[in-house]
Amino acid sequence: MIALLKRDLVLATRAGGGFGLAVAFFLILCSLVPFGVGPQSATLRPVAPGILWVGALLSCLLSLDRIFALDHEDGSLDLLATAPIPLEGVVAIKALAHWLTTAVPLIIAAPLFGVLLQLPAAAMPMLVASLAIGTPALSVLGAFGAAVTVGLRRGGLLLSLLVLPLYIPTLIFGTEAIRRSAEGGQAGVALMLLAGISAAVLALVPFAAAAALRINLR
Amino acid sequence: MTPALLAVHDLAVARGGLRAVEGLSFTLDRGQALILRGPNGIGKTTLLRTIAGLQPPVAGRIDMPEDCVAYAAHADGIKTTLTVAENLGFWAQVFGGGGVDDALAAMDLRALADRAAGTLSAGQKRRLGLARLLVTGRPLWILDEPTVSLDQASVALFAAAIRAHLASGGAAVMATHIDLSLSEARHLDLTRFRAVPGKPSIPAGFNEAFA
Repeated sequence: MIALLKRDLVLATRAGGGFGLAVAFFLILCSLVPFGVGPQSATLRPVAPGILWVGALLSCLLSLDRIFALDHEDGSLDLLATAPIPLEGVVAIKALAHWLTTAVPLIIAAPLFGVLLQLPAAAMPMLVASLAIGTPALSVLGAFGAAVTVGLRRGGLLLSLLVLPLYIPTLIFGTEAIRRSAEGGQAGVALMLLAGISAAVLALVPFAAAAALRINLR
Repeated sequence: MTPALLAVHDLAVARGGLRAVEGLSFTLDRGQALILRGPNGIGKTTLLRTIAGLQPPVAGRIDMPEDCVAYAAHADGIKTTLTVAENLGFWAQVFGGGGVDDALAAMDLRALADRAAGTLSAGQKRRLGLARLLVTGRPLWILDEPTVSLDQASVALFAAAIRAHLASGGAAVMATHIDLSLSEARHLDLTRFRAVPGKPSIPAGFNEAFA
């Protein structure tokens, strides 16, 4: 399993691996918003938590279809399915690799983008915390979507349609946590609910994704 | 008597909900090789995928020890941005075996070990795909057209690798149209087992929603 994780990380950082794409996309999104709604802090500040989380969702979405599609194309997926690693483990590791290569850079860069959107400094720790707790669910749900659409040509769009509705609970509680802490309130409940969603998704979804892969490999 | 490595009983396999091969039974002991023959579309690949456990059989039974299959398909599962040695090393780690150097030597890939796999020719990629079998340490090789795009010298290398594998107690089932000059191999013509056409069947556990 460690070997698979290492391979996926190396592949992501080699040419054509798409490492950094998500952060670049996130940056562009966050710098476009002030052009759209105006640079005054009165307009930006209330929407900043929502924009940051929506931006994170969309950036995660960018690289989801690569989770299994590339391995399916070159035949590795068939070989992994006959390897001694359980398919549930393959799903979990690939989701982890996706999280490490896509979400972790986002989490690190997010405070910078928060400044672009005039997010109060008091809310920055909560921004990082909510992203760190919420984004694992995005990667695992995304791996499920990628497993369902793996054999399809141009499955990327269908993948977005399948996965984005599943992201709604994470989005709601992630945004709520940042908003409350920006207003100087208590964000603990929202953060706990966010953690609960992530924990449930991490525990259950790999099995669903592995089942979907088995059906798609037939 | 030791039980056979692979025993297939009255097997039927299906592709796209249509039976391809049915009523197939054979056994394979350690040290034996079985070559599947038959025209295109008869179901050789489907049969091999079923034995490898990638799809469930429609009927019948496949008996073999757990975790004994190494499968090699048309696609070699090579990552083009990794080097030859990295590709092979990954599979060696996954299967918990070693022997990357031996596998490179056996398939004459040593000179290419540090090249990115994307720069290899089709035949060299194929050799890398076959070298993967050597690092799996699995006794039963399931080979689907292993000799595609290999030149004569490489076919001979591959035949030698299979012979060594059989001699060390392994076994192989392969679909191939090329004569590998493996005199000890048995041949099985699937034409006799062609399923009666027009009889649609539902594989075990098949769900309409995923048709």
